[in-house]
Amino acid sequence: MREEKSKLKGRIWIVGDSINTDLIVPSRVLTEQNPDKMLEATLELVIPDFYKKVQKGDFIIAGKNFGCGSSREEAVYVLKQLGVRGIIAFSFARIFFRNCINLGLLPIVIKEEDDSQNFAPSDLGNEGDLISIDLTKSTILSLNSNKKFTFHPLSPFLQSYLDKNGALSYIKEQLKQ
Amino acid sequence: MSISNQIFAKHCNKKSLESGEFVECDIDLVMVHEQLGGRISPEFRKLGLKNLWDPSKVFYILDHWVPPPDIKAAKMHQIANKFAKDYNIKWNMGQNQGICHQVLPEKGFSRPGMLIVGSDSHTTTYGAFNCIGTGIGATDVSIIFSLGKLWFKIPEVQRIEFEGKLGSKVMGKDVVLQLLKDFRTDGAIYEAFEFGGSGLRNLSIAARMTIANMSVEMGAKCGVFEADKILENWLKVHPSPESQINTKFNKLISPTKDAKYKKISNYNLNEIPPLVAKPFSPDNVVPVEELGTIEIDEAFLGSCTNGRMEDLRIAAKIIKGKKVPANVKFIIIPASREIYLQALNEGLIEIFIQAGGVVEYPSCGPCIGGHLGVLGPEEICISSSNRNFMGRMGDPTSKSYLASPAVVAASALKGYITIPVKDIWE
Repeated sequence: MREEKSKLKGRIWIVGDSINTDLIVPSRVLTEQNPDKMLEATLELVIPDFYKKVQKGDFIIAGKNFGCGSSREEAVYVLKQLGVRGIIAFSFARIFFRNCINLGLLPIVIKEEDDSQNFAPSDLGNEGDLISIDLTKSTILSLNSNKKFTFHPLSPFLQSYLDKNGALSYIKEQLKQ
Repeated sequence: MSISNQIFAKHCNKKSLESGEFVECDIDLVMVHEQLGGRISPEFRKLGLKNLWDPSKVFYILDHWVPPPDIKAAKMHQIANKFAKDYNIKWNMGQNQGICHQVLPEKGFSRPGMLIVGSDSHTTTYGAFNCIGTGIGATDVSIIFSLGKLWFKIPEVQRIEFEGKLGSKVMGKDVVLQLLKDFRTDGAIYEAFEFGGSGLRNLSIAARMTIANMSVEMGAKCGVFEADKILENWLKVHPSPESQINTKFNKLISPTKDAKYKKISNYNLNEIPPLVAKPFSPDNVVPVEELGTIEIDEAFLGSCTNGRMEDLRIAAKIIKGKKVPANVKFIIIPASREIYLQALNEGLIEIFIQAGGVVEYPSCGPCIGGHLGVLGPEEICISSSNRNFMGRMGDPTSKSYLASPAVVAASALKGYITIPVKDIWE
């Protein structure tokens, strides 16, 4: 089980800096009681028809400050429901990051190497390229270009949270004690 | 220790804290709004718990879509109201009180030393009251509802020292826009702001709330103000109906001499001009006078950032006796019922209506593009709210410019973005 979990492979989508939660899921669908309606609006202004194009296990590669703005957890929920496995970004807004940990969407903070000041999300490849992620070694390999990137491993505290596969399991565990 | 570190330390029973450390803290108050009827209720109910950890520490209010503009919003309210009733939430404000971040402090629930969380990113507003206010997600709320505590990563602290006095056409909003210009939207991610300095004596509680409110626009976890006489006086006239809160949180928190800061930045309030944030980011800031001519379709005065008495009084002073052009939608939304009543008593509402403005009932309204003034294709709005993201206030091709209530009022009159003619503080 552990072995399987430590290596991930998926296609990538490339987006820019400061993708805010209004862009991820606009407020006009937040009162929807039918979650499918919410999914259709996911990233609609950034990647039109994203909900149709995305596949299970895909990753989103982003620049700085992914998930800034509103606290809406729906932003993580829709991405997770659509099958997005994780977000790889230079930095995350804190509430979005918390929501990722709580719902089990993998947030990966990429290391900006000293010699690459102009490092951009597109350096990891093009839309649709395949990447492989080694969670033990904290590396990302672009399977199209063979370029390797490193990321900041999650702190043991957060990793233990994420391993519980969502905060509801954590709560149940705590309540038993 | 910095103010925020002292508060975090007290809530996790530690004597000292290092930034980057993870701790579990007891929560003094959790604020929930429509999210209660969104993801919180269905997710929390999955746990099968009969009770909340402490219903007397929950503040519930509907504000984003009040009164409900459509059936979906009305249903969301019903789900939230049922939850509040089923779980005996003690501080149930219903839908008639106003915007959460105005009503909660007004009712005396934000007091020095508290650790308050809320299902809204602008929970940082409570930092004006010498306490920690920070936004969390729906599942975080479920964790607190079950266990009464939540994990935090201890933030590094950015100290901001204010000196001097606001200029004759400048408000608290301009101060935070200046910070945004300098720090940018990712300049304080996972960090805490601490605001102090001799200039505090020239910043009203309303101005401090605006600055703390938009601290989150720079990514900050919280923006905590030092306490002073102005705050003490405010607290005296706004006691909490929960007497325990009044007695437990009656000590003002000051940073100790050994406080560690990532950086200390100095701002002379006199040097800040009237500013505006251009689309589509709150850090896309330029002085209004360098903007060029931008004609507007709408002027929105309101939101948790700027719908307070100070804001309405200044706007009314600018508007009084004049007429807004017929092609400008001038929308005024007092941030709370209290403010609405006071503005009514002071004659401000009449001034707005006489000038051609539309005064709406307290709600978040057009700030999130919900209702009461949603923007159409290509429309341009000057707004006193906090975010000008693409599509936030309406159609994706609409554009919002963020500025102070003074600039909003002056622009409403002229039909283009401009600064007031006269001294707003006289």
